Amino acid sequence: MYSYFILHFVLFPGGGVAVGTLLLIEEDKYGLYSNLLFKYFLAEGIVCGHDLFVASAKEHPDKILKELPAPLLDDTYGKELGDEAAAKSEDSQDSMKIAWRYQNLPKMEASPTTYTKFGHYYDVSKKMSPELCQSVKWHSFYLHEELSFEPKLKAWSMNSGYARLLQSIQKIISQEGFDGSDPQKKQRNVLRIGIQSLGSILWGDGVCCSDNPEDPHSLTKFLYVLRGLLRKSLSACIITVPAHLIQNKAIMERVTNLSDMVVGLESFIGSERETNPLYKDYHGLVHVHQIPRLNSLICDVSDTKDLAFRLKRKLFTIETSLFAAFS
Amino acid sequence: MEGDKGGAGKKRWPSLAGNRLDKHLPGKVEAERILLAAVVSVSHEIFQHKEYPEGKFTLLRDTRTDGSFLVHHFLSFYLRAGCKVCFVALLQSFSHYSIVAQKLGVSLAAAKERGQLVFLEGLKSCLDLVFGEEEQPGQPSPLQFLSGSTSDLRALFEFVRVSLAPSAGDSWKGPVLLVDDLSVLLSLGAAPVAVLDFIHYCRVSVCCQLKGNIVVLVHSNEDSEDEENELLVNSLCHHSDLILWAEGLATGFCKDVHGQIKISKRLSLRQAGEQDLVQIYQYKIQDRNVTFFARGLSAAVL
Repeated sequence: MYSYFILHFVLFPGGGVAVGTLLLIEEDKYGLYSNLLFKYFLAEGIVCGHDLFVASAKEHPDKILKELPAPLLDDTYGKELGDEAAAKSEDSQDSMKIAWRYQNLPKMEASPTTYTKFGHYYDVSKKMSPELCQSVKWHSFYLHEELSFEPKLKAWSMNSGYARLLQSIQKIISQEGFDGSDPQKKQRNVLRIGIQSLGSILWGDGVCCSDNPEDPHSLTKFLYVLRGLLRKSLSACIITVPAHLIQNKAIMERVTNLSDMVVGLESFIGSERETNPLYKDYHGLVHVHQIPRLNSLICDVSDTKDLAFRLKRKLFTIETSLFAAFS
Repeated sequence: MEGDKGGAGKKRWPSLAGNRLDKHLPGKVEAERILLAAVVSVSHEIFQHKEYPEGKFTLLRDTRTDGSFLVHHFLSFYLRAGCKVCFVALLQSFSHYSIVAQKLGVSLAAAKERGQLVFLEGLKSCLDLVFGEEEQPGQPSPLQFLSGSTSDLRALFEFVRVSLAPSAGDSWKGPVLLVDDLSVLLSLGAAPVAVLDFIHYCRVSVCCQLKGNIVVLVHSNEDSEDEENELLVNSLCHHSDLILWAEGLATGFCKDVHGQIKISKRLSLRQAGEQDLVQIYQYKIQDRNVTFFARGLSAAVL
């Protein structure tokens, strides 16, 4: 088992998650890789200077943010993508280099085709420095802390945890000017929203408990309202969902239709594929269930064959062409 | 009334079957135009009595692909035809439809300005309902049912009825109701019977009373376990005059096949003893051209 690896997610069209859209990740069985992608998205946000909003019912967002991977600044990693021998210098990067490098990043323009890019490399064996973490503005939502506050919810039927979360997101978007409503606050920055394990029992939702849950609509209503908020603001959102626990497949079909991009991670841990020689270099599969259609007449007719991901010595890659023979 | 026939003229249509359109297409947009022109030509072939149908209910469905290109087509088609359009847009923002309509040569903002287009942006209405101020008593939100205070879609119907009611200064041609997409209502908690009731009331008002047309998109997944949605889709199919079904074909070795459009003209609905007409057109959207293959006409009872 590799103890460290670099994240570089090459899957998305345009190289990232488009502003105004939602990327939904169906968690792998133990949540290992989905958690990694979740942190990657947030780490990219810090490196790009975006604001963050982190929501969880499982871990306190402070803890999540302390465990983000450290960015790699040496350009050699970029040039030698895929080359196993490239992974050499892990020398500590000094903070002066960090400051110089990120000053040169272009500021995101507010346009419908803006992407929040996955453009950098990370060493997961190292934690992001606290100075870098503190360099952006971030907001957190930890459900168990929020429950103690009296909700000011309009009377409409939805799981109260979700309703509180929506209210919190809407408040930040509005107060920080991400929706362009306040002419005083000319906000040109992007808000990256990360929501962990939505749908799990910790959010008070029963969809993971039975195939006939009492309230099958809260999750989809939540996604619809969230979609409205995302579309009218400079924000991009990643949500992980423990889809393997949701027994009612109709709900997952609806969740997929309400998301812009849906990617399912399937790890080989504990499955028969782990010992299958065909898959010996890989650690899991990526299933693409939905691709974004924003602003285009028809969506991209791209290969939706099974993609695989693997940990190489220093690289976590998603590869597209290797499994053509196996499909 | 001249419909939009795009690049492929109506007379040339039969000879396109099996022929490649070897034009030098600048890109995806041109391929899309050709695909849509073909769809329009075909649907005109089916309706032989009028240039465009009156009082008809058209169902758009998609499986394994995104059928919303059909919605974009009908929106720009009816606006260009001079019809008054009420568009219940539940899934995407106004700017999304606007940007695409621009590619098809129509300005939604201008259409709204001159009163030709009434646009209900579901996402925005929902936000207004959830986060907005207390609503005025005389003006319930069209998406009232979201608040749980009522389980029917009466407010949505009222919105449609009022939008398309003819008013004194109007010189628009027949009214059109366009919905994208109906399946979303189920995700928001509406029961299938409430959605079917809504459609029924709309048909009475728009198709029968106003002699207008309705075009509705529903999604359906292959081997879907969403029973409510399947019920909705099957019910709607039974009562549709025309069904345009865009199906993505399973990806195999032939990477270029995009899908097929199955066009069903429900003649049996209106005339006893008539059989329905089903045409299937497969298409390939390659880098620079679109290839159509008509799989032949067949009278089939649905």
